[in-house]
Amino acid sequence: MPTDGVNIKRRRFLVATTSVVGAVGAGFTAVPFIKSWKPSAKAQAVGAPVQVNLDSLDPGQLLKVMWRGQTIGVLRRTDKTLGSLPELDAYLKDPESLESDQPPYAQNEARALKGEFLVVNMHCTHLGCVPQFLPEVGPQPFEEHWNGGFFCPCHKSKFDMSGRVYKGVPAPTNLRIPPYSFIDGSALVIGVNPEGAV
Amino acid sequence: MAKPASSIAKRADALWNWVDSRLPVSAFWKATMTGYHAPKNFNFWYYMGSLALLVLVIQILSGIFLTMHYKPSAELAFASVEYIMRDVEWGWFIRYLHSTGASFFFIVVYLHMFRSLLYGSHRAPRELVWIFGMLIYLALMAEAFMGYVLPWGQMSYWGAQVIINLFGAIPSIGEPLTEWIRGDFFISDATLNRFFALHVIALPLAILGLILMHLVALRENGSNNPDGVEIKANKDENGIPKDGIPFHPYYTIKDIFGVAMFLLLFAFILFFWPEAGGLFLEHDNFVPADALVTPAHIKPVWYFTPYYAILKAVPDKLMGVMLMGASVVILFFLPWLDRSPVKSIRYKGLWYKFLLGMFAIAFVRLGMLGMAEGTPAQTIEMRIWTFVYFAFFILLFFMSPRGKTKPLPERLTH
Repeated sequence: MPTDGVNIKRRRFLVATTSVVGAVGAGFTAVPFIKSWKPSAKAQAVGAPVQVNLDSLDPGQLLKVMWRGQTIGVLRRTDKTLGSLPELDAYLKDPESLESDQPPYAQNEARALKGEFLVVNMHCTHLGCVPQFLPEVGPQPFEEHWNGGFFCPCHKSKFDMSGRVYKGVPAPTNLRIPPYSFIDGSALVIGVNPEGAV
Repeated sequence: MAKPASSIAKRADALWNWVDSRLPVSAFWKATMTGYHAPKNFNFWYYMGSLALLVLVIQILSGIFLTMHYKPSAELAFASVEYIMRDVEWGWFIRYLHSTGASFFFIVVYLHMFRSLLYGSHRAPRELVWIFGMLIYLALMAEAFMGYVLPWGQMSYWGAQVIINLFGAIPSIGEPLTEWIRGDFFISDATLNRFFALHVIALPLAILGLILMHLVALRENGSNNPDGVEIKANKDENGIPKDGIPFHPYYTIKDIFGVAMFLLLFAFILFFWPEAGGLFLEHDNFVPADALVTPAHIKPVWYFTPYYAILKAVPDKLMGVMLMGASVVILFFLPWLDRSPVKSIRYKGLWYKFLLGMFAIAFVRLGMLGMAEGTPAQTIEMRIWTFVYFAFFILLFFMSPRGKTKPLPERLTH
């Protein structure tokens, strides 16, 4: 580049400003492309609440339904199961669900509106696999203190019958509880909070 | 009779001159092939570079023909792959060519990378060759992962679920980031469709560009060799390295032999053992994706399992993801971690043979454990080998300036 008779300062200023304006322009142009990757309006609209009929659900039985593309489990627990929940507190990472994700009305030992029914987002809080439901009570190859619960095949995270995570596994928090409420005694709806709550 | 033949030859010559004076074909051929002098002592390990290029061509060709029948939609993808396998003439061949090619790409690349560790090919002045090579390796991992999602089987689906959720471990921006990658609140049609776009065009373009940089940077300083001494330090009166031989015809012929041997093995696997007992194509991936059921034994394809084992070894989400990321990122720094005065393992003492041997065992063993069921005993073993894996880099940094070396030869040995 010829330099004689050139105002170097001015040339540097022009190069710098041109570069900055160009970079800002390129940055703004990138926005539509980046935003096009976000969930589309259609994907966001598919979030309607799901109704679950509880009449056909026997005690000890787990029902899986889809809500917003997530697998939601509805588990009908017996009084015996509910009674055995506090036994495990010592082996759990977050027994009182202080760090975990659930509506305030489900922040209790049973992690439920009514203890009998556990409504839980089945996706492991580690990397999103769906844990297996293993209701047998008694020591298992993977856990000595087992009163039934959920065992993730992907990275061996363990959860009790309230979806509370054991210590020493990769999952950081308890299984998530979605918003839900009961309509009369025999059905519940996932995706809608109880009236007056929250 | 001789006259017309020579006139045809003259015309062909004239046409060639016409082209060559407009497009510098012969100059390029001379600069990169006949006039480029490579060390005369290349051995088996030096086949891998040209074989990687061969597999790249196989993947691009078979991939182009697969896109002609494949449908990138959650509803149709699985059936369209089965359609290719059963109904398209020679479809099974093209599909197995692509799936077997993917695994062979990694076999070749891993051997290619190990060659650098043996002979110090990543050391100065070839650090950028190594860096571009690592970037190719990263892009190749993304390419392979997204390709594995496309058949939309159970392993495609749950593999995508796990890998994308790795980004969810990043504090605060993790969750929105995974949503942005998926384009939905779960792995869905949107995810599959964009992975298809990235797999068939975006990443291949990036890989081609990176390979170009890899080769340009390589030709600038020329190849290293098993002795790890610079042949350019010893030139004859014409400025040609005394221990160099023209790449063409010497190494083109050698590489053709390598290609023939490689294709023999490749064809054997392709025709008789394309699934490799679940190693190249996992059994669970012949089941259509089901969002409600995670397969009982989920694992990535073999070439990711060493890193997967490191992830599994750590009982903490963020720490596990970080350690797994570190296990790949640390490879980028190898040119600066090895501070030994000699490059090649031939002139390093026993200490390096021991370190590299342990590292290779750790990598293979982690790969095997990453595929295993994951008993408590295996978890402990994974932790031990993870420790060995990282210890290699740390010990290399501290031992290489002091470790014993043998005197380097004046000229290449062979």
